[in-house]
Amino acid sequence: MRPLTPIRLLLICTILAGVLLVVALVSMKFGTRSIPLADLTSVLYHTATGQNDQISSDYRVILFEIRWPRILLAMIVGAALSVAGASFQALLRNPLADPYVLGVSSGAALGAILALIWAPHTPGVTPLAAFAGAAVASAAVYFLGRRGGYLDSFALLLGGIITASFLSAVIMFLMTVIPGSDLRGMAFWLMGDLQTASPVSPRWLLLVVLATIGAIYTTAADLNLLMAGEQEALHLGVDVTRVKIVVYLGASILTGVAVAVSGAIGYVGLLVPHLIRIIFGSDYRVLIPATALGGAIAVVLADTLARTLVSPIELPVGAMTAMVGAPMFIYLLRRRVE
Amino acid sequence: MNPSTDSRAGDARSEVHAQRSPAPVRLSVDLASYSYQPGGGAAPLFTLEATSFEVRQRELVAILGPNGSGKSTLLKLLSGMLQPLSGRVQLEGFEVARLDPRTRAQRIAVVQQETPLLFPIRVWEYVQQGRHPYTRGMRFESDEDRRIADRALAEAGADHLKDRWMHRISGGEKQRAILARALTQQPMLLLLDEPTLHLDIAAQVDLLRRLRRLAARNSYSVVVVTHEVNLAAEFADRVVLLDRGKMLRVGTPAEVYQQDLLQQVFGTLLRVDHNAEGTPKVAFSGKEA
Repeated sequence: MRPLTPIRLLLICTILAGVLLVVALVSMKFGTRSIPLADLTSVLYHTATGQNDQISSDYRVILFEIRWPRILLAMIVGAALSVAGASFQALLRNPLADPYVLGVSSGAALGAILALIWAPHTPGVTPLAAFAGAAVASAAVYFLGRRGGYLDSFALLLGGIITASFLSAVIMFLMTVIPGSDLRGMAFWLMGDLQTASPVSPRWLLLVVLATIGAIYTTAADLNLLMAGEQEALHLGVDVTRVKIVVYLGASILTGVAVAVSGAIGYVGLLVPHLIRIIFGSDYRVLIPATALGGAIAVVLADTLARTLVSPIELPVGAMTAMVGAPMFIYLLRRRVE
Repeated sequence: MNPSTDSRAGDARSEVHAQRSPAPVRLSVDLASYSYQPGGGAAPLFTLEATSFEVRQRELVAILGPNGSGKSTLLKLLSGMLQPLSGRVQLEGFEVARLDPRTRAQRIAVVQQETPLLFPIRVWEYVQQGRHPYTRGMRFESDEDRRIADRALAEAGADHLKDRWMHRISGGEKQRAILARALTQQPMLLLLDEPTLHLDIAAQVDLLRRLRRLAARNSYSVVVVTHEVNLAAEFADRVVLLDRGKMLRVGTPAEVYQQDLLQQVFGTLLRVDHNAEGTPKVAFSGKEA
């Protein structure tokens, strides 16, 4: 393997961005109504050249009012969840860490639901409450996973699973006793769902997610060392406390934002960083940007499948990711035990 | 150990002894103590009582003692991971626990017993991590960093391992890679915690001989925590003998290795002989008292 240089990093990101573009185009083409490739190309050409009057209103609605916002949302959520997963893996020194498996997504979901109950008409409050829920849940899991001053890998996973099931029970309770809540919609949202319009404008989401990923990226070189343990990292001059705070807050924000707009889409944060590691190595300076792009690709793909597999019925995207993710989790867990 | 090995190690040391008198003090430990408090005003779990000694440039000092004697605690004081409750640990006049982590990592390199790795990593990537305290910004390694890492690999006798995976190499090879990373930090003080623990005898001798050579050539000061009495006798300029949190003796191996003292510390019958060069040899008696 060659050493990491800025050029190599740029090359990897360009390739992944290219794949993301292709996947996005495929996603725009397919749906309840499949759009012929020639039409899609001409619509995109007209948009790019500013000849908006040349586009039929049908296509405009389908492509730019229905499909594109959803694709954009899928990209943002995918990037956020994947980078959150990679961050938790370094922070907790556990390759199986993922916001969903650790119960952090459930914490964010509970926060979001509480916000919907208490302040249903205040726009920015849902993501904030989801962030708070994610932060509290990840702190709880961190302390559950500690044994005698050390993070125990299995205690941590068990703590996460227990936290997730406890929080899900609380959510079920709230959904049952709160009158007038749309149970089916909520249940869909909990499985991870990109259908419902985002409560916050995608532009703001994109800004927050990019800024947070950027903040986590400033610690990328430190995370490489943190993976080998806090003591090791300290010996190599890492300001461990600062790095842990940045990554903990960053991962909580990313999970909170993703869950607030799309519910708990599981296993993306586990699958994507692992695939990226296999292809490009485990250096966090590559891993973070590559994982962000890879996560965007993965969720756009999953959502396209969820929309088209049993069309015109739509599956929750979280069901798609869990069907692939859960077996992968078991595989990784078993390989680790051996 | 064959005789030629012994004499060569002896030569290396007398060479250093000759240079030693003018060498300045690098690390000074002055009545440093530490105690682990369980909290709630209960009795401390373990206390390292006031300890004093010095390490000069190019010196190899061994911290010797049985399990639970306080060796690891002392090493944590030296590496600045713990701040002494009383007394001082100073590296060239600076208190090590108060240095900021980057500066400390530029001056002190610590080789730990084992390095847990979560994900596979190549030896060269691992060794290059030693440049971390020197890189800034987005932290891509420069050609200079790579050159320094390559030289460290050669010095640690690990250049042939460069492209191997860290988790696929033997214990002795891993020890070399870990040493190479420490050398890549270009420290003035090298601290090693039981570096010979998982090594066979040939690898142990090779490592200590290498450390001696590096100390002389690159003017490192080296502190090795060990319970291998004979290795310490053979390779250390001076020995710090610890027992149950007390520093019992500091001095050359010949001064420290007294039969009664070692029998008391290690709690077993043993015999100390001195060879022609004055290097003590410890033999463990198979017979009951």
